[in-house]
Amino acid sequence: MEKFIEAKNISFSYINEMEEPPVKTTVFENLSLDIYKGEFVAVLGHNGSGKSTLAKCMNAINIPQSGEVLVNGMSIKDPEKLLDIRQSVGMVFQNPDNQIVATVVEEDVAFALENMGVEPGEIRRRVDNALKTVGMYKYRLHAPHKLSGGQKQRVAIAGILAMSPECILLDEPTAMLDPKGRQEVLKTIKELNKNNGVTIVLITHYMDEAVQADRVVVMDNGKIVMSDKPKKIFSRVKKLKDIGLDVPQVTELVYSLNQDGYGLDPEIITEDECVDALYELLKSNL
Amino acid sequence: MIKDITIGQFFPGQSIVHNLDPRIKLLLTVVYIIMLFIADTFLGLLTGIVFLTAAYMISKIPFKMILKSVKPIIPLIIFTGILNLFFISTGETLFKFWIFRITTGSIKTAVFMIVRIIALIIGTSLLTYTTSPIALTDAIERVLSPLKKIKLPVHEVAMMMTIALRFIPTLVEETDKITMAQKARGADMESGSLIKRAKALIPILIPLFVSAFRRAEELAMAMECRLYHGGEGRTRLKQLHYSPRDLYAVIISIAFVVLVVIIDRVNIF
Repeated sequence: MEKFIEAKNISFSYINEMEEPPVKTTVFENLSLDIYKGEFVAVLGHNGSGKSTLAKCMNAINIPQSGEVLVNGMSIKDPEKLLDIRQSVGMVFQNPDNQIVATVVEEDVAFALENMGVEPGEIRRRVDNALKTVGMYKYRLHAPHKLSGGQKQRVAIAGILAMSPECILLDEPTAMLDPKGRQEVLKTIKELNKNNGVTIVLITHYMDEAVQADRVVVMDNGKIVMSDKPKKIFSRVKKLKDIGLDVPQVTELVYSLNQDGYGLDPEIITEDECVDALYELLKSNL
Repeated sequence: MIKDITIGQFFPGQSIVHNLDPRIKLLLTVVYIIMLFIADTFLGLLTGIVFLTAAYMISKIPFKMILKSVKPIIPLIIFTGILNLFFISTGETLFKFWIFRITTGSIKTAVFMIVRIIALIIGTSLLTYTTSPIALTDAIERVLSPLKKIKLPVHEVAMMMTIALRFIPTLVEETDKITMAQKARGADMESGSLIKRAKALIPILIPLFVSAFRRAEELAMAMECRLYHGGEGRTRLKQLHYSPRDLYAVIISIAFVVLVVIIDRVNIF
């Protein structure tokens, strides 16, 4: 597969100049990560592990102090390419309220296109398409503050989608949503990945979301500690617990049973697989 | 609670007045204000009011909305009236006590001023009743865009107004939440002297400001992610177009202004 984003040996630290002397907080050092075209990557890690900072390095919001990030071959350090990079790597944030600019849904979705200087007719077409893709077309004339959290977040995704980016970074997009909103957003993300071929980098706290990705990257203390298929990651229950992360409930159950010597497949991560395995187990024990 | 506040008090509708180009409405409002101050006779002023009444009837704005727009300025009207009544001393003296004199001239000026202010407020309210805030901001940006040449940040100001309008409901909701949270911790905001109550607002305002700054930072980042780089080279989803009805509105309004000027010249009263 073709590499889309390539982070090579990047280091990033925040410098607080309000303090005297300035306080430097290193987030990560010498970190490397590749994102491939069309991939759905979930990034796990507890608060302060550097996952958001890493994501912001991928669309030139943060510029690492050392190392290099290439997006589709363009360096994020090249000011000439800044707008091109941000157009091809869109970003959705945690709080939908803080990323909606306009007072009407369709005008908000049009915001990026207006900034790009797209012709009005073409803006209309792309806005309508983006809203249909996320299933918010019938709300196009509503005021954003009257929508539910999940709907707002889908509007925010449509606003990014309208730029037709090749990759979308989502920084805990479901953290502030209720279960229904989370489902809506996750469904939208998966459809974008499957049907539209958009590369997805999903930063999340929720294991059940990570399970649905093609690849899971686990970060701890500014380091990438694991990067593999979800099945391989979640079968290493002990290691995940050591770095303070949860595992999906299913994995937890299988792990506990295996501790007592039931010998189930440790790579079970979905509920259906688990139900089948338990059914087999109970049947053979009868 | 405070959720019901609507800034600009837009009253959605489909009338001709609603559908006029916002730029035209903005300019006609200015023309209307000028007309009010040109009118120097009662008949002239009356003509202006007839014009306004006609516009209100066409726009189908309910009568109580008109009263609502005048209500907050009643103290100002009374104050202006009294001031004019006592300090203008042209014409015959009708009544006199201590240093005050009420004359025919002062009564005339006072009545004139009151009618003018009321007509002014009701007239400008028509603009905000029939134009959505976003259309109004848009119109202001476009009408003022020639001023960009002298380096006035027209686009930036319009953008700020749009964002402010967008965040009013969000921040109002947040204020409600903080107020409830502080009340739950025993904050007393309803009793005590005025100063005490003002002080009780501090625990609401500080968290509100902190969160507003945090929101601003995130919003700025989200805007950068969506390629915002100032007003240069920006296009708009909604283009404003002049239509024949805009032309008619302008013609009718100019006709009224001319009428007012003529009536003033003929000057019967």
